[in-house]
Amino acid sequence: MMTKEIPVNAPVLDARGVNAYFGGFQAVRNVDLAVEPNSVTALIGPSGCGKSTFLRTLNRLHEEIPGARFEGEVFLEGENIYGRGMDPVQVRRKIGMVFQKPNPFPSLSIYENVVVGLTLAGVRDKALLNETAERALRHAALWEEVKDKLKAPGTSLSGGQQQRLCIARALAVKPPVILMDEPTSALDPISTARIEELLGELKKEVTVVIVTHNMQQAARCSDRTAFFLMGEMIEYDRSTTLFTIPKDRRTEQYITGRFG
Amino acid sequence: MDRSIDAGLAKLKEKLLVMGGHVEKAIEEATSGLVQGKSDRFAAVHEYETTINQLHKEVDEDCLNLLATQSPLAKDLRTILAIVKINTDLERMGDQAVNIALNAEEYLRAPPIKPLVDIPRMADQARTMAREALDAFVRTDVKLAADVVARDDEIDSLKNQIFRELMTYMISDPKRIEQALSLILIARNLERVGDHATNIAEDVIFIGTGKDIRHGGA
Repeated sequence: MMTKEIPVNAPVLDARGVNAYFGGFQAVRNVDLAVEPNSVTALIGPSGCGKSTFLRTLNRLHEEIPGARFEGEVFLEGENIYGRGMDPVQVRRKIGMVFQKPNPFPSLSIYENVVVGLTLAGVRDKALLNETAERALRHAALWEEVKDKLKAPGTSLSGGQQQRLCIARALAVKPPVILMDEPTSALDPISTARIEELLGELKKEVTVVIVTHNMQQAARCSDRTAFFLMGEMIEYDRSTTLFTIPKDRRTEQYITGRFG
Repeated sequence: MDRSIDAGLAKLKEKLLVMGGHVEKAIEEATSGLVQGKSDRFAAVHEYETTINQLHKEVDEDCLNLLATQSPLAKDLRTILAIVKINTDLERMGDQAVNIALNAEEYLRAPPIKPLVDIPRMADQARTMAREALDAFVRTDVKLAADVVARDDEIDSLKNQIFRELMTYMISDPKRIEQALSLILIARNLERVGDHATNIAEDVIFIGTGKDIRHGGA
């Protein structure tokens, strides 16, 4: 039997036996995936393969959908986020998410968007909020562009900038993991390139799991890649290996454009 | 499903096969000219080499364009990388064929010093290795490629044998040194052809398996 997985020492995020359903339909089948700390892990696969659904099980967003069901365990830094007594809202603070369409809160300024995670948690210390805002915006490579207009609405920024604002917002609460679901699909090539560059810097501070349909992006930006097909994880390996000498024929066929 | 990269790859394979065919014929003409004592066969060698060199440039350019426009991955990527290298090996084989012709021309200026048996044998082996390496490439036949790699030792042994024999000729009669030297150089040229064929076979194994077996790799 071929091992689909490669061993990861001390994973920061460890999914075991994940099954996800929408009513009677099983979208994710028995997936085990261990994510290495301070890495970028890409999830690829054709439309409908379950990669986005799987991603949403990693921060308990999946269960928000009516009729959705989950089985399995997901350990964040050793603790099962689905364990008894775990608060899904708290989980989502520790595992931030960035979506395909940038979604800064329209009624908030740039500054307010960045620190919303802290203000909602009751933080009032101005010095702390200012310091957090600057740190997060610097890490998201946006500080220089917005430092003189922090009071402007979050939505006044360009698409690429809005997405970086969303990344800053996620970074502000210092999560160990950030999930990204096709974060550059709606952006122009230059904005895309800037965010891809950012991933290399981000992983020094956080661990990133990114869903992408762009194979070249996965090859460029990720340390490890997992290939999903019909709800199953077919292959998971170092990206350089998966994109040059994939072990499974289905992986080879998908990444060379023979289907999907 | 026909992908846009397939047409490009097919065209490249065709060009390499044409180059390979010219290499074989060039070596054949050079060796036959030597063995039969017919210098007029050498002109054809230079013509084949001109075509090989033209294709050499085209293949590199085509590969560059495919890499830029198709962003190939996995086997496609390994194939294009290997094609760039096979291209170089074929061009060098063409150079060696010309060297054989030039050395043969030198040799034929004086009466022959011995009947030629091993050199034509070596030439056959070198041509066969070249042809089979390219066959292996077209079909990604890893077994055939491994077979070609194994035969490199045989052709090296043959070269050493020829060297030893010609050494005794030179020692026994210094007047034959110049002639013997030309034959030694031809044996060296043929050994190089064998090396290039081996390189091609190693690249085929890389395409098929992703393994780099060069320099003792498994």
